[in-house]
Amino acid sequence: MPTNFAIRIKQALADPELRANFRGAMDFLRNKRQVAFSNEDEWQALKKQGAAIRQDAIQRLPELLTQLEHQCLNNGIQVHWAQDDQEANTIILEIAQQHQAKLVIKGKSMATEEIELNNFLDKHNIECIESDMGEYIVQLDNEKPSHIIMPAIHKNTPQIADLFERKLGISTPKGDVDALIGVGRTILRKKFEQADIGISGVNFAIADTGTLCLVENEGNGRLSTTAPPVHIALMGIEKVIPNIKALPTLQKLLTRSATGQHITSYLNLISSPRKSDELDGPKEVHLVLLDNGRAKISQDQQLQSTLSCIRCGACMNHCPVYTRIGGHAYGSTYPGPIGQILTPQLKGIEQEGELLDACSLNGACGEACPVEIDLPELIRTLRHRRQAASQKQWSLEKMVWFIWLQIHQYPRLYRLTTKLAALFRTLKLNKPANWTKTRTTPKPAKLSLHQQMKIRSKIRDENENE
Amino acid sequence: MSDTMNKKQVYLFGTCLIDMFYPQAGLDAVALLELSGYEVIYPQAQTCCGQPPYNSGFKPPAVTIAKQTIQLFSAKDIPLIVPSASCAGMIKHHYPTLFDSETLETKQAEQLAHRTFELIDFIADKLPYNQQPLRPPTKVTLHESCSALREMNVAKTWRHVLNKLDNVEVTYPENKQECCGFGGTFSVKSDAISAVMTQDKCHNLLKAKGNKILSGDSGCLMNIGEHLKFEGKKDPCLHLASFLVDHFGLSHAH
Repeated sequence: MPTNFAIRIKQALADPELRANFRGAMDFLRNKRQVAFSNEDEWQALKKQGAAIRQDAIQRLPELLTQLEHQCLNNGIQVHWAQDDQEANTIILEIAQQHQAKLVIKGKSMATEEIELNNFLDKHNIECIESDMGEYIVQLDNEKPSHIIMPAIHKNTPQIADLFERKLGISTPKGDVDALIGVGRTILRKKFEQADIGISGVNFAIADTGTLCLVENEGNGRLSTTAPPVHIALMGIEKVIPNIKALPTLQKLLTRSATGQHITSYLNLISSPRKSDELDGPKEVHLVLLDNGRAKISQDQQLQSTLSCIRCGACMNHCPVYTRIGGHAYGSTYPGPIGQILTPQLKGIEQEGELLDACSLNGACGEACPVEIDLPELIRTLRHRRQAASQKQWSLEKMVWFIWLQIHQYPRLYRLTTKLAALFRTLKLNKPANWTKTRTTPKPAKLSLHQQMKIRSKIRDENENE
Repeated sequence: MSDTMNKKQVYLFGTCLIDMFYPQAGLDAVALLELSGYEVIYPQAQTCCGQPPYNSGFKPPAVTIAKQTIQLFSAKDIPLIVPSASCAGMIKHHYPTLFDSETLETKQAEQLAHRTFELIDFIADKLPYNQQPLRPPTKVTLHESCSALREMNVAKTWRHVLNKLDNVEVTYPENKQECCGFGGTFSVKSDAISAVMTQDKCHNLLKAKGNKILSGDSGCLMNIGEHLKFEGKKDPCLHLASFLVDHFGLSHAH
């Protein structure tokens, strides 16, 4: 029986519009990134630096987080620790309830997607509005982001125009992207004014100054974190970096990898709530530190580099599988290669291990990663872990590899097998169906290389003895 | 007395795919190595490098086969030549990680890795470029396999070698860096995704209009060739070794 993942893959592959949207967008993003990193030496040096900063931070996670908490508290930022999604949601809800909040405006944040905050707050009658244009579009269509940087990348302009007409009753001139953005902007402006609370993610948290860094292009992040009276930032604990000196390297790597930009339009550094002599800014700033499985990953020598990720999305932009099936098919918060390694670790390899199969180990993701995460190697390692953790005594696959081992560990048996395969090469056997849906079956050669090399050495020996 | 005594020796690891399906590519590898002045030793006890189960999540069988392969090719301290970037990558980059560090097995694996080379990369600077027979002009399309591009980083040598050939024009498909969709068991396990990747790759390869599609990885060539045959087209795939043998006018090694 096909699994849900297999069904979603099939649906995505059968949707030519979706495939064209992704192909076009991924090609565009890859080209922009390539131009931004056209100096090979600079790229190599930068990513080496970036990787070292991130590895060091992950290895010193407890120390840096303690420092971050201490500095934030000194700055007047209230710090909360959440072990899992439920705790994080509850903490945020309690803050919202203390302020009798009815409306929350959100900047783009994958961590809030991970804990499904919108749903949770909605159940408690608190409305959450996404203010990032892509997120706003996705929310309007009751969807989830299909890409961690470009949430609505699966939709094209006419589809968005149609959505606005259906859901908002506003029609725009055909193909006019600016008009569509104008519609979103007008609606969101009001929401920024009305919102009781602003919620954001965090790109980097600087431990020694207690500073939250937010990288964005639309200004919605700045508005979400400054207009409402309360700002809550949610961050995965791995986002901490030691000091501000680490920021330029990571910032360069992030924006160039993500969108090919040398710098984004907005780079926000938030170090405290409104001070007594200031006229604006939130009166309260809260930082919620989310573990949700990350601490465990940080202690696993083989897998801890998963946490080096700076969420640039380059791995998915370069993944030939993601390019074909898009983000929704994965069914996980984080799609593409990073999602394939992160999701099984966060949610359990037994439930989510299937994601690991959708990879040809071609290595394009690892090559593009700006912090040198060896994604293919992690996928391979997790496949090994999945097999080792498998409760099944026997499976078809296990049987196949058992027989494979018997043949290949005995060279005589191996040679006999290839000989037999050659002997019956014209037989039409029961073919491996998945292969032959789009390919003919390869035919064994009449004489294997082993046989031909044996004949060759015999002839040579005879010649030498003459 | 034979002149082989004075020759430098190399091992050839034929790979299981070439052994069973494409022995000519293996023989052509031998011819090229001999042309480059090497005596080729082909141990009959070789089977597979172990990559298929290794990449599929089954590490123990891969480790068993790796141990056996390391033993087999450690009898002599000579280069191990592999006419496949993918299998060469398994031996060169993964064997040393299979065992506990500081064990004898790791040490042996590291030594073997150190003297393991992809075929074209090994012979690139040894071919008689100044003695090329006159050939009619031809156009070929190069498929740079993922292993050649990334894990082994030898695709640039493939390009370099082809560019040095007289009367050979080399073309490349659009999105040349993208996987052909083979990926070993990926093509069976994730067959639907693999199929569209293969279709796209074949489409782009044919658009590049080479008389032949060349690569140094038989896995990719099998995937591409069998798909083209399925579509009722002819199979223009040829291993780089075979193309070079042909170009340099060598008689086949059998």
